[in-house]
Amino acid sequence: MPEPSEGSRGRVVPVELVLAGVCLAVPFGAMLWVGSYARVEPRLAGVPFFYWYQMLWVLISTGLTAVAYVLVRRHQRARKGGGRS
Amino acid sequence: MKHGVNAVALTVFCLFFVAVTVMGFLAARWRRAENAENLDEWGLGGRSFGTWVTWFLLGGDLYTAYTFVAVPAAIYAGGAAGFFAVPYTILCYPLVFTFLPRLWSVSHRHGYVTSSDFVRGRFGSRGLSLALALTGLLATMPYIALQLVGIQAVLDVMGVGGGEHANGFVKDLPLLIAFGVLAAYTYSSGLRAPALIAFVKDALIYIVIAVAIIYIPIRLGGFDSIFTKAGHAFAAVNQATGKPRGSLVTTGPDAQWTYATLALGSAMALFLYPHSVTAVLSSRSREVIRRNTTILPLYSLMLGMLAILGFMAVAAGVKVKNGQLAIPQLFADMFPDWFTGVAFAAVGIGALVPAAIMSIAAANLFTRNIYKDFIRPDATPEHEAKVSKLASLLVKVGALVFVLTMDKTVAINFQLLGGIWVLQTVPALVGGLFTRWFHRWALLAGWAAGMGYGTWRAYETPSATQDHFGNTNVIPFLGEKGYIGLTAFVLNLVVAVVLTVVFRALKAPEGVDQTSPGDYTADAGEPGVQVELPPATAGAPGGH
Repeated sequence: MPEPSEGSRGRVVPVELVLAGVCLAVPFGAMLWVGSYARVEPRLAGVPFFYWYQMLWVLISTGLTAVAYVLVRRHQRARKGGGRS
Repeated sequence: MKHGVNAVALTVFCLFFVAVTVMGFLAARWRRAENAENLDEWGLGGRSFGTWVTWFLLGGDLYTAYTFVAVPAAIYAGGAAGFFAVPYTILCYPLVFTFLPRLWSVSHRHGYVTSSDFVRGRFGSRGLSLALALTGLLATMPYIALQLVGIQAVLDVMGVGGGEHANGFVKDLPLLIAFGVLAAYTYSSGLRAPALIAFVKDALIYIVIAVAIIYIPIRLGGFDSIFTKAGHAFAAVNQATGKPRGSLVTTGPDAQWTYATLALGSAMALFLYPHSVTAVLSSRSREVIRRNTTILPLYSLMLGMLAILGFMAVAAGVKVKNGQLAIPQLFADMFPDWFTGVAFAAVGIGALVPAAIMSIAAANLFTRNIYKDFIRPDATPEHEAKVSKLASLLVKVGALVFVLTMDKTVAINFQLLGGIWVLQTVPALVGGLFTRWFHRWALLAGWAAGMGYGTWRAYETPSATQDHFGNTNVIPFLGEKGYIGLTAFVLNLVVAVVLTVVFRALKAPEGVDQTSPGDYTADAGEPGVQVELPPATAGAPGGH
C-alpha cells in the first residue's frame, strides 16, 4: 500500500494506488506458499522446478514492481497537475 | 586441496586490489563539494547519487562477499533450505518500494542522517533512538567481521591465508594489509570510495558468475547431471545424525514453514540495517529509490545462480571441512589459474565495499545518536565529521580483533543474532513512518521484549554444527518450526500495541513529533526539500 498519505484521509483511495498495492502484494502470496512449488518435476534444462520457478518469480516480481512504479507516478502527476489548475 | 601458493591467481588478485586502492583514494575528488567537512558529505556522499550510482552502491552493499560465500555454502551443506535467500531478496523490494521513499522524504526535510535520527524526531524520545542505534551497531559489527571471513576464505584457498597449518603473525599479514588500506581510504574519501569501487566489484562479480554458470556445467556434464549427482549426495545418510545430509526440494510442512518465515523475516530486516539506510539516504530523490526497486532484482538473479554453484560444488566432489571454502575451492579446481585470480578478486573487493559502507553507517550512528545526543550536544558539523571518521576506524579495528582473536563461529553467531535484533526495530521505524499511533514507551518495551526473547530462543536452539545459536525453532501456539526473529517480532508488536493502549489510557506523556504529514511524501524540488542540506541545520538539536 504505497502512500496512504495522511493528506487523503477520508477520501476514497484512488484506483491506481489499489492496483499498485495488489502488484506489490502478489509476490508475498506466491513466495510464502512454499507448498505450491516444492517439487522436482517438471525440470527445465535439467534444473528442478523448485529452483527455476523461484528464479522466474524474480522476473515476475520485478515486472509487477515496475507496473506499481508507473501507477504510483501517474497518480502523483495527476495529483500535482490537479493542484496547479 | 592444492597445497602451496597459487602464484598466478595471487598476482591477478593483487593487481585488482592495487587498482581499487588507487580508485578509493581518488574517489575523494569525485563530485567533491566546496565544504566537505560535514557528515552529509563524508557520510552520505553529499546525498547526490542518481539511479545508477545508487544501484551499484546498494548492490555492492547488500550482496556482500559473505553472501557470495555463505549462500552457496548453505546449499553445499543442506540443499534446498539454503535457497531461501532468493525469495528473501524477491520480497524485500516490494517492502522497500512501500516504506523507504517515506524515510527519504522525511530525512531530507529534517536533515536526518540515520534511522535513529528519524525515530528521535518522530517520537521525541532519545531513549528509543538510543535503543535503535545500539541495535544497529551491535548488528553491524559482526557483519563487518564476516566480510573479513570472506576475504580469509579466498586467501586460504590461494595458500596465503591463515589455514590450519599456518601460524603466527605472518598468516594474518595479508588480511591486515587489506584492512589497513580499506580503513585509510574510507577515512579520507568517505562514502564516495565504496560508491566508486562498487562499479569494479559488480562488473567483476557479474563476469565471474556468468562464466561460472556456463563453464562449470559444461565441465560437469550439464545441469541434469549436476542435480542428479547432488540429489544422490544429499540422500546419503549422515552417520552422526542418522538423517540424510539434505534434500533437493524442501520436504514436509516443517521445512516449508521454516523456509517461508526465514524469507519473510530476512526481507523485513534487510533494509533496516544501518548500511542499507545510509545507501538509500545518499540518493538524490525518492524517485531514485523507487526506480531502483525495479532494477535491483537483477542482483537476485545473480544470487540464485550463485546458490546453484553450491550444487556444482557437491556434484564436482569438492570436499572441504569448512563449508565456507566450498565455492573458492570449486573455482580453484575448475578455472584456469588466472581466472581463479579474477574470481577471488571479485570476492575480495566484494568484501571491501560493504565493509566500508557498514563502518561508515556504524560511525554515523555513533556520532549522531550517542556522541551528539548524550556526550556533546553542541558538536559542530565539522566536529561531527571528525568524530565519525575516527569512529569508522575504531569499528574496523574492532571487527579485525573480532576475527583474529575469536573463533569464526562467534562472528557467524553474532551475525545471525544481528538479523533477529534488526528485525526488532521494525515497529518503531516502519510503524513510525506510517503512523504516530504507537506510544514511545510501548515501542521501547516491545523492542526489549523482542530482543530478549529472540536472543534467548536463539541461544536455546542448537544449530547444524553446534549446541547454540540456531535460527529456527518451534513457534508458540502454531507448533510449526519458524524463524525466531519473526516470532520475536510478533511478540514485539503485540507488546507495543497492548502497552500503547495502556499508556494512552493512563495519559502518559507522548513526546513531541517534529514531523508533519506532508514531510513523508515530499520529493526533491518541492519547497523545504533541499537535495544538499545546509550543514548548519543538518540535524541540529536546536531545531526541535
